[in-house]
Amino acid sequence: MMKAVVTVMLKTGVLDPQGKAIGQALHGLGFGNVGEVRMGKVIEFELAEADPAKAKAQAEDMARKLLANTVIEGFKVEII
Amino acid sequence: MKAAIVVFPGINRDRDMAIALEKCSGRTPRMVWHKETDLEGVDLVVIPGGFSYGDYLRCGAMAAQSPVMGAIRAHAARGGHILGVCNGFQILTEAGLLPGALLRNANLRFLSMDCHLRVERADTDFTSRYQTGAVFRSPMAHGDGNYFADDATLERLEGENHVAFRYVTLTGEPTASANRNGSARNIAGIYSANLRILGLMPHPEDLVDPLMGGTDGKPLFDGISAALSDTLAA
Repeated sequence: MMKAVVTVMLKTGVLDPQGKAIGQALHGLGFGNVGEVRMGKVIEFELAEADPAKAKAQAEDMARKLLANTVIEGFKVEII
Repeated sequence: MKAAIVVFPGINRDRDMAIALEKCSGRTPRMVWHKETDLEGVDLVVIPGGFSYGDYLRCGAMAAQSPVMGAIRAHAARGGHILGVCNGFQILTEAGLLPGALLRNANLRFLSMDCHLRVERADTDFTSRYQTGAVFRSPMAHGDGNYFADDATLERLEGENHVAFRYVTLTGEPTASANRNGSARNIAGIYSANLRILGLMPHPEDLVDPLMGGTDGKPLFDGISAALSDTLAA
């Protein structure tokens, strides 16, 4: 059994109003050195697969088909 | 015109849509549960508004993978007409039947208010009862209606005249203040390349009777009903 961690982030150039709001709130708390903030999602799941390369390819397929909308989002897959 | 309204769990504007379709076409639309896979004999498939699957993951992402989508894709492939409103528009983009995506509103607020839409072309089966450039009022209610597409897609939509409606002022100006959700180029609705699939965020079905406060949305349903009425005999 392996675990896949898929991180989904809005692509550069796509407006991320939630990231902006978080950045403003951090500035309000006094963290004035915070630059651009981007917000994404992390999806973790167990995978009944022994070969890490196969597990990664499968998780990437899942990300393309459902977990990310590649019109607006990019993704990164980690197998642990 | 035989219309079918697709109902996903979490959809809540299906009955409003049924009222508008029945009023304008004279026929009761068929309600199709998301697990059904047969749309045989249907002229117009309508995906109404609401919060399918609780908007989990992304608005429309789960619905785009549901069993009924196979039948909707087949309907699109044989040149069938499809109307997607609000969540229905989001579902059509998630399914890849319309280009682009709907992002969180730029001001992060859920917007429930009237807007004004400009008809970009009146020569389609959906808009033949309007004039090109006409402005009509429509309610809208969404948290994720900020239309996004990459520059190449936007240029193609503009160049091929596939923008259906834009958010405008009462006098028809596409200003930033009329564009409450922050959509690219004030886009409120778009067509597919064959002009038979229309997706839009606002709810014209909620203004089809004086008792609702107006009939601004009625020409859209009258137009599509008339365009597809010939197929009754077939």
